[in-house]
Amino acid sequence: MEAIAQKIREAAKKLLSEGKVDVVIGYAKGSVPMREYPYFAYTPEEAENLTWSSFCCNNLALYTIRRPGRMAVVAQGCVSRNLVNLINENQIKRENLYVIGLNSPGMVDRRKVQALFPGKTITEVIEEPEHLLVKGQGFEERIERKKFLRSNCLTCVQRNPVISDELIGQAGPEGHGGNIDNVAAPWEKLIPAERWAEMQETFKDCIRCYACRDACPLCYCYVCFVDEAQPQWCAKSQDEADVMTFHLLRAFHCAGRCTDCGTCESACPQGIKMRRLTSKIEKDIRELYGYRPGMEIGAQPPMSLFKPNDPQDFIK
Amino acid sequence: MTEAQFEPRIAAFFCNWCTYGGADLAGVSRLQYPTNLRAIRIPCTGRMNPNFIMQAFRQGADGVWVSGCHPGDCHYIAGNLYARRRFTVFKNLLEYAGLEPGRLHFSWISSAEASKFQQTVIEVTDAVRALGPAQHLIKDIRKVA
Repeated sequence: MEAIAQKIREAAKKLLSEGKVDVVIGYAKGSVPMREYPYFAYTPEEAENLTWSSFCCNNLALYTIRRPGRMAVVAQGCVSRNLVNLINENQIKRENLYVIGLNSPGMVDRRKVQALFPGKTITEVIEEPEHLLVKGQGFEERIERKKFLRSNCLTCVQRNPVISDELIGQAGPEGHGGNIDNVAAPWEKLIPAERWAEMQETFKDCIRCYACRDACPLCYCYVCFVDEAQPQWCAKSQDEADVMTFHLLRAFHCAGRCTDCGTCESACPQGIKMRRLTSKIEKDIRELYGYRPGMEIGAQPPMSLFKPNDPQDFIK
Repeated sequence: MTEAQFEPRIAAFFCNWCTYGGADLAGVSRLQYPTNLRAIRIPCTGRMNPNFIMQAFRQGADGVWVSGCHPGDCHYIAGNLYARRRFTVFKNLLEYAGLEPGRLHFSWISSAEASKFQQTVIEVTDAVRALGPAQHLIKDIRKVA
């Protein structure tokens, strides 16, 4: 990891000192362990702060939206797919973008690591090739990295960047071994009442902070439907009806666009698994319209298209 | 209210050019159909925003029915074809999340199909009546307060 981080820093310094880009968007080390945060390097000196680790969970494509000037983005598979999405949706221009691509090692879920040490404070996590060395006051343990991957990384199918102007390190294998079809849409086999109960259980802790929306690179509307007051589509309470309305419509807005980058789940302060909803849509879009978002520049998003023979069994 | 007396309220969104005309024709032809639906005229099914469907359920509709032109007949060439994809994904999502199948209905009815309109009203009303009052997306004020 550190070798990769060093290469990112070198690439960023080169780009900034040559004046090729105005900013390099990458990750910097968080003030607490396992919380790497998005970082904007405007000068070669600032580029020293860039890092790369197992906890780079934010999707950096978000920060390219409505940003003037030329920018370089550190992009693993999912970020690059979101960049392609944004190019296809005319939100950013390819020529203003310099993609520092790299193969994603799969990011680690900090909650899974923390769950291993209940009630204890982790003060340091040291990266090793296949392991993480977790340290805290009075304990130290070496854990196997692969067992703690985020669930979306485990079923990832695109670890290498789709577009890149420069590749850091080597292109690697595409998957982590998980099969998306086995875990997508986990409630499909239940009866409606059970599904609703599962949905209640999943979203009962939602505090309506909209961190999932704010972290999502798909949500770039100037005014979100939850903020509209007249008509008010969704009231501000934490009543289940409002929480469900928000999550259902948010998920629907990602239809045919969600790249399953898992940023929503990583950003959620309550640890809500909203991918249970988006994975259903992702599966539908894949099976009904044969589309995977963000794989190709110039591809038309499936919800802005139609075919004369689209399925319509449910229409009378 | 007992089960036998339950009369559902159904929000019905009709495309101005086809189903609304079909409903008109059913009316002038003196066709009898249940009066549970509240017709809302929209310019095209392409105008249907999923927010409308959610809002109807949130405001206490027991069922929602969206109806427009047959594919190929759209006044705006392809509005209903775009809508079809949206309905497919949204209906799947709602039912996946636990909405009972039978609460949400879609149909294509042209302005000449008065008898199909009558048939569909009966079908939709029966399906919703069988499910009873909708409760999932309605705020329970007593619980909140």
